Amino acid sequence: MLQCHAKSCPQGQSYPLAIRNAELEQLDAEFNADFVTRLMPKLDWAVLRKTAFELGVAELPAEIPTEPTQADLQLIHKVALETRIKEADMVCNGCGHVYPIKDGVPNMLLQDHEI
Amino acid sequence: MSRPEHTAPPEIFYNEDEASKYTNNSRIISIQNEMSYRALELLALPEDEVAFVLDIGCGSGLSGEVLEEEGHFWVGMDISDSMLEVAKEREVDGDLFLQDIGQGMGFRAGTFDGAISISVLQWLCNADKTVNNPRSRLKRFFSTLYSSLARGARAVFQFYPENSEQIEMIISSAMKAGFTGGLVVDFPNSSKAKKYYLCLFAGYKDSAGQSPELPKGLGDGDESQVTYASNRVRERRKGPVNRKPVKDKKWVQHKKELNRSRGKETPADSKYTARKRRTQF
Repeated sequence: MLQCHAKSCPQGQSYPLAIRNAELEQLDAEFNADFVTRLMPKLDWAVLRKTAFELGVAELPAEIPTEPTQADLQLIHKVALETRIKEADMVCNGCGHVYPIKDGVPNMLLQDHEI
Repeated sequence: MSRPEHTAPPEIFYNEDEASKYTNNSRIISIQNEMSYRALELLALPEDEVAFVLDIGCGSGLSGEVLEEEGHFWVGMDISDSMLEVAKEREVDGDLFLQDIGQGMGFRAGTFDGAISISVLQWLCNADKTVNNPRSRLKRFFSTLYSSLARGARAVFQFYPENSEQIEMIISSAMKAGFTGGLVVDFPNSSKAKKYYLCLFAGYKDSAGQSPELPKGLGDGDESQVTYASNRVRERRKGPVNRKPVKDKKWVQHKKELNRSRGKETPADSKYTARKRRTQF
């Protein structure tokens, strides 16, 4: 859901941010079917699928399920809400800016010249 | 009243000391809670739906906890590392970001169903570095916020404006970014309880052209205000109404008599002597 927000970054390449050196953590979150259903159209399915696969979290179906079953929703819930990246570097494909994630908190600060 | 914006930039002002206040000081917590609830009320999220809310300047996550209680999912961002550290200790549910809101935010379009922010906007009005220009920072903030909100979403900002120019600057940059809405003032007659809420609408959900109505501020009803039904009544001059003039006819005649006895040239007495002139002379 995040893209590089440096002004100089070329449009179109700023999303998605590639994730490197990830260290994952599983959280417990309350499952809420309504929320997950409403979240689905907001997701970029291809990117989510690719990221989830690369990180080895889960293998999502190739196409976004049009009529999601309970199992589909559970899976999305696990990927989107219960998985947290603890330590990683997010790298922008456009400008190569590295946003470090430390203890689950991404550092999105920019340098003065990038504003 | 001292303003913390004037002492230091936010990433320095909200150090460990200041951050610890937000966990230990029950007064700060209760005020923050109250304002968060009010902001959430103004946000007017659709009932019985779980929303995805952005908390701008989440700090230690006090306002996020309010969102959690109402069952919403939230994402928080703050510039202060120490405050986020406190938020992590409190084990809040929301995802946290270390981010300067004046640099804009990079969320995908239409991600959030709403945004709240408690006591943050006034920080944006200060230029604490040479590269920081409040106007351009506000512009960048509002335009990126606008794009990350879903159509029909609202954003509510509680803030402490320093003067009317600041309010004007903030509102005009929000309008330029495409928001509609305006300022809601709670308890406008009290200097302490008075709170400014900037209530912004990002587009319309249902029909274009019909802007949602701006919510009413609290406590600006008639009960606390004096109402003037008729025109203003001019205050009468106080003091004795029919005062006798000191230099009346008797006094003038006495003076003339004196002058005549001293051999000075004196006008003859007539019926006009010492008579009052018309008011419009």
